[in-house]
This record gives sequence, structure tokens and C-alpha cells, in this order.
Amino acid sequence: MNNIALADRTQAFDVNAVRRQFPILARMVRGKPLAYLDNGASAQRPDAVIDAVDDYERHHHANIHRGVHTLSQEATALYESARNRLVEFINARSRHEVIFVRGTTEAVNLVAQSYARPQLEPGDEILITHLEHHANIVPWQMVCEQTGAKLVVVPIDSRGEVHVDAVVALMSPRTRLFACAHVSNALGTVLPVRRLIAAAKARGIVTLIDGAQAVSHMHVDVQDLGCDFYAFSGHKMFGPTGIGVLYGREQMLERMPPWQTGGEMILAVTFAKTTYNGLPNKFEAGTPNISGAIGLGAAVAFLQGLDRDAAERHENALLEHATAALSKIPQLRIVGTAADKASLVSFSVAGVHPHDLGTILDEDGIAIRTGHHCAMPVMEFFKLPATARASFAFYNTFEEIDRLAAGVERARQLFA
Amino acid sequence: MELNDLYRDVILDHNRRPRNFGGLEPADASVEGFNPMCGDRLTVRLKLDDDKISDIRFEGQGCAISTASASLMTEAVKGRTRADALRLFDRVHQLLTDDAAPPAEELGKLAALSGVREYPARVKCASLCWHTLSAALRSTDPQGLPAVTTE
Repeated sequence: MNNIALADRTQAFDVNAVRRQFPILARMVRGKPLAYLDNGASAQRPDAVIDAVDDYERHHHANIHRGVHTLSQEATALYESARNRLVEFINARSRHEVIFVRGTTEAVNLVAQSYARPQLEPGDEILITHLEHHANIVPWQMVCEQTGAKLVVVPIDSRGEVHVDAVVALMSPRTRLFACAHVSNALGTVLPVRRLIAAAKARGIVTLIDGAQAVSHMHVDVQDLGCDFYAFSGHKMFGPTGIGVLYGREQMLERMPPWQTGGEMILAVTFAKTTYNGLPNKFEAGTPNISGAIGLGAAVAFLQGLDRDAAERHENALLEHATAALSKIPQLRIVGTAADKASLVSFSVAGVHPHDLGTILDEDGIAIRTGHHCAMPVMEFFKLPATARASFAFYNTFEEIDRLAAGVERARQLFA
Repeated sequence: MELNDLYRDVILDHNRRPRNFGGLEPADASVEGFNPMCGDRLTVRLKLDDDKISDIRFEGQGCAISTASASLMTEAVKGRTRADALRLFDRVHQLLTDDAAPPAEELGKLAALSGVREYPARVKCASLCWHTLSAALRSTDPQGLPAVTTE
């Protein structure tokens, strides 16, 4: 290790200073300080996001892109500057490539219905992996039913990894689209998306990456990745619920018909013909979630103001600490042991059902997710009905993880 | 509210050693219950002697509350008539959801489930087996059974 790396390490991430910006983290749950370890389901919001939404609601709300009056212009400017923030955040080429949607689920559905459905013919193939969230399975199943295309699934290995070779082996001349998670929500696996996208591109296969679990943990650059589509949700990256982004390469989005129709997405309507609006408005029919977009823009600004490398190092240290602490517990099995993992641990304890574990930990003020994580095929692969999942954000502490481990051990003893 | 009020010894015991657990062949009724929220899944099978539940067994996978509740249920309804078993379901449902429910003497060991009502997210765990039983009984004769008030 050289001196520069040492210096970087010692520049500690000030987790308490970050925590102070998240008011909810100060609350008590059942008489204990909240330990919020369910960030994979939804992350908490900093003051910056809460204040931005509050300021908009109190002072600037009106419908956007409509009125000539002051409020409408202010609301429009705030909404569009939020879009600019997101363009910067993922390094899209232009504002035309960032579509505001309700979340990752809507983004995938949009691509399935607007891109895939008109393109696919019977016998064509859509390739996904075994570790996908239901939101990256069901929209493709539906489009397969609608078009006669076939859903092909890449297997995972016992560590929960997806191998490039396994994906390439299933890419056929009929593969039209490859969709996969950037980070698995149930296992934490970080997929080798850059190489997977390159392999797909080399074969003329269109790519969609479900980034719901990635954007809060790592820097995402869509041009560097080279994907055609990238989808993510606001509330998993410290923004509001009900807002998310579909990034699409402009050439792709240009070719696609609108998905939903109505106001905003049109230029001119007569009863004979409607002329669609240009990008990105073509895909934003109706009055959008204006305050949500503004909140998401504020979340991006918050993240940009953070030392993200230091935050990522802190998250990795949390993951290491949690893996070590949980591994010491007898009868505990960590589910998902990929070499490259985001900061979450899925696990099961023999004799303790995850649901009981969730209740027992809640009694200690510790919030984790229990269940199938909307990834039933993953649970089936590991022959488990459900797992417990602790998912961390940069505002979590080693002490919270120690409390988690102590609570799990107590539960194990209760049911022993 | 204390955790040991939820996980009482009776519950822990029936979770560790569920009674009447396993298959039942041939059965007069067999119904699978599923809680999509948590993935709990159990099958209730029963034999009828005239109108009486002469045997009942269950199998599946679930949390401690769901397993113990099913185990306690099988003990409690064995030998009861179908209508009587459904009336008991009513009482149990009240016990699980109604704060004002009077202490139910005739519930016997089932009263151990009363801690569940402090944990609304867990009520479905305890009632899954009863809904499944109710469906199984109804599958044997849709007529002539009292209505079950649930939710």
C-alpha cells in the first residue's frame, strides 16, 4: 500500500455529520434508536430533499409547460432544472434522453411496450438472468405473450453470480433484447454489466439495465456503460417515491411510439391526426409528478455534494463488518456471496423464520426486510421461501450492525 | 408489549414440534393456503366422519406464528363438527384482531395467540391456517355452514 492510499483511508467518512442531515434517523422505534437497515427497499430522505419539496409546494406549485403566469414558469423551470441535474448525474448526452417516470417498474414497462412490443416477432428472444426482480421479469413475460417471443433465462451460480460466458452462450441470432439488473436486490451481486453490454452490442442486441439498486451505491455513467436503456427509482437514492428515470439513447427513443397518450405529449391534435411532441415530453403524458422530480433533483444535488468515493468506501466497510459479524452466528447462512457485492446481506438462520426475525429485530428498533424480495425465482434457486435482508446506506454505522448481529443471535436462542 | 407475550412458550413449543404435521391419505378435503406477502404456504387435509372432523393434518412452511397456529388449530378442531369448527374460527379471529375481545375460556391453548393482535403485520400469519381450514370445510359442502366473519 502506498502513502497516497493510506492518506485516503485515514480521511474518515464523517458518518455522524451525514446522519444529522437525515432527520428520521434521530427517531426512536419501540423505545430504541432506529437502526434503519432496509435501504434496499427504500432509502431515507435528507433535509435537502424534504426542503426542496416543501419549498416547491409552499411557493411555486402550478402546472408545468402550460401557463404564461409566474408560478407556472417557476414550476416549469424547477422541473426542467431537476431533469438537467439527472442528465449530469448519469452523464446522458442530452435532456432528450432523460424521461421522468414513476419508477423503475414503469420504466421497464415503457420499454417493453413501446420498444419491444412493436419490434418482436414470434420466435424472437428476450434474454434476462435468474436473479432479476419481478419488475424485470413480468413486463417481458407479458410482451412475450403479446408477440410470440420467447423469454430466455441465464442461470446464476451458487454464489449468486452471473457469468459473462453464460450470458454469451445464450445470445442467439434471435436475441433481440438483453435486460438485467446492475445490482441484485435479493443478493447484492454487482453484475459485470459493462462487459455484458459490450457482448450484446457486438451482436446487435438492445440492452436495458435495471439500476434500481445501483445508483445509490455507485457512480453510474450511461455513456461509459454503453447501454440503450437504464432505469432507476428516486426513492432508493434518497429522493421521493413515485418518481424515477428512464434513460434511453436518443436514437432509440426517437424510433419509439409514445406509450401513454394524453396531454403534454402532443404538439397538435385534430380528430383526424395527432402530432406527437418531441423528446422527452413524448413519453411524459399527463401532468407529471412535479414535486417528485424536484425532490429527485435535490437528491442528486445532495449526492453530488457528498464525497461519494468516501461514502462507497464506508459502505464497503459496513458490508465487510456485517459479513464478519453475521458469519460468527451459528446456523446462519449468507445467501449471495458474489465477489463483487453492493452493501447488503441476505441471510437465513436455521430454525428461525425470517418473518419472526423481522418482528424480533423491530422490537430492538432495527428495520430489515424479510420475505422473497420480489425475486421468487432467486428464492427458489436457493431453496428458501424467504430470507432476511439487511441493506446499508452510507449513513449506517458499525454500531447498528453490531446491534443487528446481537438481535439475530437473541432470536436464534429464542427458537433454539 | 413484550416479545415473550408474542412468542409464548406454547407458541415456541408448537413451532418446534408441530402436532398433526404431515400428509393425510386419503383425505376428504385438501386445500392449500398461501400468503403472498411472506411466502408462507400450508396445506390442510382432513377426514370427516359424518359431520365431524375425525382427523386433520397440515404441512408446509411458515414462520413460528403460522406454524404454531396451525398446530394448535389441528388439536382444537379435531372431533368438532364442521359448524362448530367455523364458530371457533370466529372466536379466534376476534382474539387476533379485537382489543376488546373478552378473555375466551373455551379457547384453551389457542388463547396463547392473543399476543399477535399487538403486531398487525402478523395477524395474517396466525389466521392463514384458519382461512385454509374454512375453505377445506366449505369444499366438502358449500351449503349449510354458518358464515365466517373475517375481514
